[in-house]
Amino acid sequence: MTLNVMKTPDARAETPDPKIDASLRVPLLALFGGAAFWLVVSSVLAMIASIKFHAPDFPAHCPWLTYGRVQPAADDALLYGFCIPAGLGVALWLFAQLGRAPLRGAIVPVVAAKLWHLGVLVGLAGILSGNSTGFAWLEFPRAGSVILFFAYLLLALWAMMNFAARRERALYPSHWFLVAALFWFPWIYSTANLFLVAWPVRGVVQAVIGWWFAGNLLFVWLALVGIGTAFYFLPKFSGRPLQSYYLALFAFWTLILFGTWCGIPPGAPVPAWLPVLSSFAAVLTVVPVLAVAAIAWQTSRRSDAPSLECGCDAPVAAPAPAGRAAPMPADGLVRQDKATRASHLPYGDGASPPRGFIRFGLMSFVLSSLMLIAMACPRISQVTEFTWFGPAQTQLQLYGFFAMTMFGAIYLLPRVVGFELPFPKLARLQFWISMAGVVLFVLPLAIGGVEQGMKLNNPGLSFLDATRATLVFFRFSTTGLLLILSGNSLFALNIFAMTFVWEKSLVKKAFAVVTAPLERSSTSASLPSSPGFDGTRRRDKEVQA
Amino acid sequence: MKNGFWIFLAVFVALGGSWCGFVLAPELQLGGAKQTTTLNSSDVYPVGRPGEANQGLSVYRANGCAACHTEQVRQTGIACVMTLTDAGKNPEAVTNLISSLKLTGLTKEEADAASDKISAAGGKTEIHIIATGPDIARGWGMRQSVADDFLHDNPVQLGSLRAGPDLSNIGARADANWQLLHLYAPQSVVKGSTMPPFRYLFEVRKIGREPSPNALKLPPEFAPPAGYEVVPKPEARELAAYLSSLRATVPLYDAPISP
Repeated sequence: MTLNVMKTPDARAETPDPKIDASLRVPLLALFGGAAFWLVVSSVLAMIASIKFHAPDFPAHCPWLTYGRVQPAADDALLYGFCIPAGLGVALWLFAQLGRAPLRGAIVPVVAAKLWHLGVLVGLAGILSGNSTGFAWLEFPRAGSVILFFAYLLLALWAMMNFAARRERALYPSHWFLVAALFWFPWIYSTANLFLVAWPVRGVVQAVIGWWFAGNLLFVWLALVGIGTAFYFLPKFSGRPLQSYYLALFAFWTLILFGTWCGIPPGAPVPAWLPVLSSFAAVLTVVPVLAVAAIAWQTSRRSDAPSLECGCDAPVAAPAPAGRAAPMPADGLVRQDKATRASHLPYGDGASPPRGFIRFGLMSFVLSSLMLIAMACPRISQVTEFTWFGPAQTQLQLYGFFAMTMFGAIYLLPRVVGFELPFPKLARLQFWISMAGVVLFVLPLAIGGVEQGMKLNNPGLSFLDATRATLVFFRFSTTGLLLILSGNSLFALNIFAMTFVWEKSLVKKAFAVVTAPLERSSTSASLPSSPGFDGTRRRDKEVQA
Repeated sequence: MKNGFWIFLAVFVALGGSWCGFVLAPELQLGGAKQTTTLNSSDVYPVGRPGEANQGLSVYRANGCAACHTEQVRQTGIACVMTLTDAGKNPEAVTNLISSLKLTGLTKEEADAASDKISAAGGKTEIHIIATGPDIARGWGMRQSVADDFLHDNPVQLGSLRAGPDLSNIGARADANWQLLHLYAPQSVVKGSTMPPFRYLFEVRKIGREPSPNALKLPPEFAPPAGYEVVPKPEARELAAYLSSLRATVPLYDAPISP
């Protein structure tokens, strides 16, 4: 194979290019801003759903707030509202960074991002008003799905065009993961919508396609994007190249070969070959999961050699022009000395939020995947199927793995916008709160699920006994949800504040342009990004004046 | 980018493989499925639900009932139960023989062997096949759910969580009237139930010239104030009709039982 390969992200980059970051500013704010909003919405909805278990009478008169609508709405708001747009934004950013080419035609992803968030709004309103399709993870009614599909196509096409136009031709493993993910979503989403909603197939084929779709979206798509992202950041954090390039490609191929067949539960009322094949594939999926674990472990070990890139944490705080050239002496030498390190890092010791988020995300990936694989084994499935163990696994995958990884990546946004994170301390606080929230939500629910399953398998105990046994665990997980809600609010606060600061600066600049017409040319030159967007604002200002 | 094309093709094949396996193949195998006949009879199964019950499925879907209820019963195996239908000419010998044999929880081979012994002694026996497993023992069904049970459903609401009991056979356990009471005030019929009440499917209104024949007969602690009555809206009646239509009790080739 004669492909150029890149074994370390940005290895050949001499200096960071501010033009690249500037070109991504508006699209990323559009994608991440909406994502942050839906993230908060999702945890509020999840909170309402959770309260129902402690007080079943809580709004019993309101059809919009019934459990069967609120719970799927919360799940979909997290997946479609936050996870997918956040992943797409990070993919755009990584393509531009790795390809060393600024994003062209930034207005297209901005429009697509707005369209996507509109689709989520339509879909959630559809679920809450009783127009859900009735298929797990595909509840959005047709209008919402169509909008989402076209918004995705637009974003993915733009990302692919940007990928094709990259200046650095060498490919890094993250490219493989992200390109496969970009390509896979339209396929599974259109298949599921056409065969389940538009022209529904007969009988249990619906259920089979539903499981295939949910498994591929929740496990494969999220894994491709999340792991692709983590493989970009891990070498930057540790200063070691990815360990190793070939193991990463091995993980990639085994993931798409085996992971795509997971998802049909062993006890399903379908022809026996389907669950057997699916369980077999699930067991083989241990291979990519362990490969990812090995890569993460080997890559993030602290090296004694000075890091490849000076000041790997610096991008978090440093404003855009300074970039990674933050004042940081030979990194490997300061590593042991936490006090020295704390003096020039915004977050104190080495556990800066991005690094902590991504590490926690990878640990959750390994754990949640192992839980998924365990649930595919017939013996274990007899206990865990139909219990809270399943929702615990899903939450660990969606929030513990994917959302946490995305938080880590998105907190590097300040470099893109060219401002400091408005509340860096809150980012650090969010890390601890969200982590505690995930642990407190997932752990009791998983244990409660196993207990519920054992009690359900004992016909001597009444069904209500089994249900009541889970209520104790539910108290913990509701507390966990409350923490997750607070963490999400802190995240949204930082993102919204950053957007606000940026918009304020735009208005200020525009105001300067209006009040000092002679300096127009020089001021315009200092606004490198998205002339269309700035221009509109400037014109608005002129009209007002 | 000569290699790029081949890599793309390989990714395409790797991903598309699962599409062929889990979308195309099941559709080819089951997509054209027709009604089947029940075991040992010529009745077709499943017969479609009546119109009101079919409407009820869409109420079930709209309110996300499948978020807490499954519609699939699992079984771990089958067992045979043998009963004596005719003691024959020498009842004492047969009775003595029977008291020395195991009659329940037999495998098919054991049952056949025991049956042979009894017929040698002149008695006649019948072998019944029953499904086993915790779901069956809970009374949630007589046999496991199979693909045939869901032929007419759209959308198929298998569910994945049992925060509430399985509903595959709820129609065989409770009637529509019970369903309405349970929907309006779950605790009025199931003490300690954690199901949220679905009061928005009902109308609490002043009693007119004479009480509505459809009004719920609630126990006093759940009843509306004097002079008012609780009347189910059409959605509630449809949902109750759907729930009453849920029963999968006939023996099938895929799930043989002898009721």
